[in-house]
Amino acid sequence: MRFTKDHEWVVVQGDVATVGITAYAAEQLGDVVFVEVPEAGKTVKQGDGLAVVESVKAASDVYAPVSGEVIEGNTELSDAPETVNALPESGGWFAKIKLANPAEVDALMDRDAYEAFLATL
Amino acid sequence: MSEDLKKTPLYEAHVAAGARMVPFAGYSMPVQYKDGVLKEHLWTREHAGLFDVSHMGQARIRGENPAKSFEKVVSADYQGLKPGKQRYGVLLNADGGVIDDLMTARPDEDGLFVVVNGACKDNDYAIIARELAGEATVTRLEDRALLALQGPEAAAVLAAHVPESAQMVFMDAKAVTAFGVDAIVSRSGYTGEDGYEISVPADAAERVWNTLLADERVKPIGLGARDSLRLEAGLPLYGHDLDETVSPIEAGLNFAVGKSRREAGDYLGADRIARELAGDLTRVRVNLKVLEGAPAREGAEIADEAGAVIGKVTSGGFAPSLGYPIAIGFAPPAYAAIGTKLKVIVRGKAAAAEVVASPFVPNRYVRKL
Repeated sequence: MRFTKDHEWVVVQGDVATVGITAYAAEQLGDVVFVEVPEAGKTVKQGDGLAVVESVKAASDVYAPVSGEVIEGNTELSDAPETVNALPESGGWFAKIKLANPAEVDALMDRDAYEAFLATL
Repeated sequence: MSEDLKKTPLYEAHVAAGARMVPFAGYSMPVQYKDGVLKEHLWTREHAGLFDVSHMGQARIRGENPAKSFEKVVSADYQGLKPGKQRYGVLLNADGGVIDDLMTARPDEDGLFVVVNGACKDNDYAIIARELAGEATVTRLEDRALLALQGPEAAAVLAAHVPESAQMVFMDAKAVTAFGVDAIVSRSGYTGEDGYEISVPADAAERVWNTLLADERVKPIGLGARDSLRLEAGLPLYGHDLDETVSPIEAGLNFAVGKSRREAGDYLGADRIARELAGDLTRVRVNLKVLEGAPAREGAEIADEAGAVIGKVTSGGFAPSLGYPIAIGFAPPAYAAIGTKLKVIVRGKAAAAEVVASPFVPNRYVRKL
């Protein structure tokens, strides 16, 4: 699992990256009540808006940690947005992206680096 | 930045309880505790929530006839306010716009007791002092804290400490000796639930707070849930649904302009208020149920069914008690009838919405014992 400074995570299998937000981000957001996930076919560049997560209080953008084509959005989150809080780093994933540039993943933080980064916040 | 923020007498208690503190109205305030906004909201609807609202301004207006003087700047009928009662009113500018909304009580013989919004208080006091100069004085009660105990179990909880509170009904306000100090208790709040606001000396605040929290029916609730509760209760929030361009009539607060005041027309902005009361309105408040998609928040556009923009959301969010998003906004009167189908535009997408009655969640004020 790799991480961004915006608190997204990426898990790569073959040339497909599954993307979500970290447990830290889910905790900071509070209770998630609505999630807008991208539809298959959308292409994103690293840093583009990928999804929107809404807590009771506010809407927050989730940015694409990698570039590529969205091949699947986690539509189950429309009915069960609370999964983002319950299982942020597994069942609460947002999208699967077919990698356009696998080197982008290597440049992301590993778990140790991310935790060191969290300690600075 | 954080050094500039003021602290209420309960700051240490919030931090110790694990609150997430945020800047609000110039103060560092708890937005939520460990349970989070959703659980805190539902707890208040089912049991009793305790809120620190000490950032709000508390003041005394004293003078020969403080109610008569106060009516110069505030819309409600205060000369007709009986001892032991409280009334909601709005401080108006010369154009009939709302400078602030406030609660005014006669808890005792010592003039009027006024509670105003925290973010507005300096401006309010300056205006009141200026307009009342020579007739009445405004004295800030900076050495007092304000707690709100809200929810269906609030009355039973408070009766154990303040026996007089059980005899009060909605909008009663009384000066009492409670918790060993001089307290001003009113049966009111801003959540739509039955409950009380309790003004106590600042140095007793933490003791009173802990005494109430010792009851297992009571949990501390942050400003996040306070906002979602007041939104469900259909109560406008100053700086969002109300500002200096909005009149109380547009905002659906006709009751805040007393009958005697309408007849006399002797206050700032009376011309516009009279015109609007006669039906000459270009926009009015609408309460919207969002039927699909994301919550429509402040700033989202409201459109008619064909997609033409007709107004704006002034506050909105997810309603925890209802399980769907709701919003308060403004639109022309032709679109304000209950059941009117509208759209809200969130991040460029139009979603179906419907005008519904206010409040969204029925209020549970105790008007009769």
